[in-house]
Amino acid sequence: MFDTADLTKLIFGRLTLESLPLHEPIIVGTFAMVALGGLALFGAITYFRLWGYLWREWFTTVDHKRIGIMYMVLGIVMLLRGFADALMMRLQQAIAFNGSEGYLNSHHYDQVFTAHGVIMIFFVAMPLVTGLMNYVVPLQIGARDVSFPFLNNFSFWMTTAGAVLVMCSLFVGEFARTGWLAYPPLSNLSYSPDVGVDYYIWALQVAGVGTLLSGVNLICTIVKMRAPGMTMMKMPVFTWTSLCTNVLIVASFPVLTAVLALLSLDRYVGTNFFTNDFGGDPMMYVNLIWIWGHPEVYILILPAFGIFSEVTSTFSGKRLFGYTSMVYATVVITILSYLVWLHHFFTMGSGASVNSFFGITTMIISIPTGAKMFNWLFTMYRGRIRFELPMMWTVAFMLTFVIGGMTGVLLAVPPADFVLHNSLFLVAHFHNVIIGGVLFGLFAGIAYWFPKAFGFKLDVFWGKMSFWFWTVGFYFAFMPLYVLGLMGVTRRLRTFDDPSLQIWFVIAGIGAFLILLGIASFLIQIAVSILRREQLADVSGDPWDARTLEWATSSPPPAYNFAFTPVVHDNDAWWDMKRRGYVRPLAGFKAIHMPSNTGTGVILAGLSTTMAFGLIWYMWWMAAGSFVALLAVAIGHTFNYHRSFHIPADEVVSVERARTELLAAGAKS
Amino acid sequence: MRYWKSLALLPLGLALGGCNLVVLAPSGDVAAQQRDLVIIATVLMLLIVVPVMAATAIVAWRYRQSNEAATYTPDWDHSTQLELLIWAAPLLIIICLGAVTWMGTHLLDPYRTLGRIAADRPVTPQDKPLEVNVVALDWKWLFIYPEYGVASVNELAAPVNRPLDFRITSSSVMNSFYIPALAGQIYAMPGMQSRLHAVINKPGVYRGFSANYSGAGFSGMRFAFHGLSDAEFAGWVDKAKASGQQLTKPDYLVLERPSANEPVRYYASVDSDLFRAILNMCVETGKMCMSEMMAIDARGGMGMAGVRNTLPLAYDKFAGRGAVFGAEPSFVAGGVCLPGDQVTRMAEDSSPTVLAPLDWTPLQGRGLERPSLMRPSKASFTGPTSKSNS
Repeated sequence: MFDTADLTKLIFGRLTLESLPLHEPIIVGTFAMVALGGLALFGAITYFRLWGYLWREWFTTVDHKRIGIMYMVLGIVMLLRGFADALMMRLQQAIAFNGSEGYLNSHHYDQVFTAHGVIMIFFVAMPLVTGLMNYVVPLQIGARDVSFPFLNNFSFWMTTAGAVLVMCSLFVGEFARTGWLAYPPLSNLSYSPDVGVDYYIWALQVAGVGTLLSGVNLICTIVKMRAPGMTMMKMPVFTWTSLCTNVLIVASFPVLTAVLALLSLDRYVGTNFFTNDFGGDPMMYVNLIWIWGHPEVYILILPAFGIFSEVTSTFSGKRLFGYTSMVYATVVITILSYLVWLHHFFTMGSGASVNSFFGITTMIISIPTGAKMFNWLFTMYRGRIRFELPMMWTVAFMLTFVIGGMTGVLLAVPPADFVLHNSLFLVAHFHNVIIGGVLFGLFAGIAYWFPKAFGFKLDVFWGKMSFWFWTVGFYFAFMPLYVLGLMGVTRRLRTFDDPSLQIWFVIAGIGAFLILLGIASFLIQIAVSILRREQLADVSGDPWDARTLEWATSSPPPAYNFAFTPVVHDNDAWWDMKRRGYVRPLAGFKAIHMPSNTGTGVILAGLSTTMAFGLIWYMWWMAAGSFVALLAVAIGHTFNYHRSFHIPADEVVSVERARTELLAAGAKS
Repeated sequence: MRYWKSLALLPLGLALGGCNLVVLAPSGDVAAQQRDLVIIATVLMLLIVVPVMAATAIVAWRYRQSNEAATYTPDWDHSTQLELLIWAAPLLIIICLGAVTWMGTHLLDPYRTLGRIAADRPVTPQDKPLEVNVVALDWKWLFIYPEYGVASVNELAAPVNRPLDFRITSSSVMNSFYIPALAGQIYAMPGMQSRLHAVINKPGVYRGFSANYSGAGFSGMRFAFHGLSDAEFAGWVDKAKASGQQLTKPDYLVLERPSANEPVRYYASVDSDLFRAILNMCVETGKMCMSEMMAIDARGGMGMAGVRNTLPLAYDKFAGRGAVFGAEPSFVAGGVCLPGDQVTRMAEDSSPTVLAPLDWTPLQGRGLERPSLMRPSKASFTGPTSKSNS
């Protein structure tokens, strides 16, 4: 019935041996390194018999703290990949002058800048932000876990599945060559017939499920699970910004899902939503993707603002200045972030009134943002500022972010945008706010909450190394791009004809190298801290003399977070408890009701990955089989009645007694 | 902290001496006004940004933990006056900036005809704009001068101090037409026309390029823009005329095929209908133009009767590609999409049961003969393609 070719096509779809990039020495080399590293890791885990432990204690966990940590690990691993892409671009742009083609052909280079954008936003910034929210929010509100612990595990694995698909595209087939938002018509089947855009679509769709569900989960957690006494206006600011971020996620990610679904319909079944012909409208895609895309940047920056608020208040030893106006500023930013999307394409020919409307709404966002900046400033004013690592990142943020904010408002003036749009000035601007805002915030957050998660502080020396390499590297890498933008140089270029530009790209390349040292220092910092954990240990659970509830429990917190649910009287709940002479209860412990671990999340995410892989390569049997299996597992899971268990009172007593002893020992030394 | 800031500023200082910051020093009046707005907006914002940065540094230093002399008020967290100040100060700046933005955006709307050639020289009725039709191709630029009937690839020329009226489209994907020295950019999009009005005030050779990534050959989508005196521009037109090359629709279809780093080319004559056809995506003989399709749609589509009229002519450049599912390609025929075999079947079907449409007026597309008032015979529905076949 079939000849061999038909059969091969049925089984492998369009996957052939040629799909493996064996002719690209760079990729083959990378693959060899990754394979060796992977094998070594696999071997080590097997040798030390850790698979069972990892599966039981981590992969299947529903504990928000462990899921938070796994998100952070995912984000940091993907940071290495995304940054490798950045280095490759910097190198290419630094050498492709005077007729040189550089070392990357356009097929490869165009994938690199697309992957860099996609990975940094979806698989670095998002997991790191979600990880911190996951870890911190339930502790800050005095809860024992999130509202839907299984969903939390499932969300994490879906995000990971998306990351796996993107990594897969490096070695099997190719990634999109469209830029990180895959504008049609370029991303239509006519102009991108290969698997790249399909990898893009399905990686984001799979990860998007995770992001959306985790958004629902955290909103529900914050709204329903706050400790008694914690009214909305007594919530810590980080919890407030997390709430707003997750509202943004729930309201905007469905738009991304829908627009990518329409694009995949165009590609798979021949609809004409975004085609040139048959009345399709590519501009509709651009509108829709930015209706998601602009809130997305606030999804990233709002939690960072929350971190800075916590850090500034803690390390200034002072109540946060203007808590109420801080909360309102956050809410105003949340709402306004939906009214500005068109500023990403002023140059597509909208009328002057439309352009100025969106330009002015964009500028208005700078008012609440400016108010926040002042609030941090007045929190520091008349404080006692301890320049620990989190505070250093915060001050660097305040000085760097205002520059990015200023260039952002400048780009919101449509006639100015006409000369700066798509230029390296724009690239410098958004790296200025994402690195100077989100990333500095994440580093502040990591340094701040690391002792809570692991019971010891991060090494200060390597932390400072990382800090200085990152900040100096940032300025070296991106200030030249501002200049190049003013010289009229556009983004995503692979080769250049004007030799006078080269020096700036070389400086930017040096900056990227300094950032590489910053990342290396960060990894060394973690390794050194683990080695020196005895010296860096914190037994008190409150190493920074902090103010919010997460510091009321031990470090790391027990599985149940709080033996007794705290009662809140002040928005600096823990500060208030300390001041009123709070005494930790030593008796009267009861059994604690907790959710049980389950492997369903891992299985569902694994099946989603194979389904996406089948769809990408047109292996229909694989896609259909995975889909049926997905449904079966999901339905099967509804019959799982072992959803929860009780931690016996005896165990709670022994955990709490151990802490009492530790505290006593800490007080003595 | 200040050390690295000064380090970062060092190359910036060197730059202003040695570099061509074309965005800040353009040669066209529109770009100059846009530059002015960039500077006004920056200065307005520096009014608040500089004090904030200075205050951050000062406060961070003054209230450091080791400075025991500084005041410490751990519970001070509210001040109505300060709150008013910190909301009002940015608000005032944004009100100013918003007003500037509103005016600037309307004045510098690229669709708006120019009001002045330079700051001291308003446009007079004698200043007849030079129309240039711009087509972004994969991956080169085509410039058509309808006034002179010439065209060029990857080179643009214009006389100084004459208003320029660009009409811009693209053949396949999105690009952005940008000459930093002349004026801000505007996207070039397939099936859509965008406009740009500008003027170049100083003679010279300037860089132009695509400012929106468009695929593999994007980096080579550069062209030189020559600002010329009137005499030089006449010479440039003569040079194009002397090239002897023609740009007919078939020539365009060859030119349109993807290619990168194309050399400069001139065309002595251009099909006068070419730009309209490119814009309406109907350069291929017999392909229905978008304008015609929209006219049919505006009249309710004319039903199946309308289909038969264009069947023998209709095919579509990219639409015939099919998709993963339902592999049958579809075709544009009278504003209705049909699977391929049905198109063929209906085209071959000569049975008189299919009624010819009663209203012929919108069907004046390329490849269609003008309808006569009499009930047309079958031959009058076939375009050049089928005619040549028969």
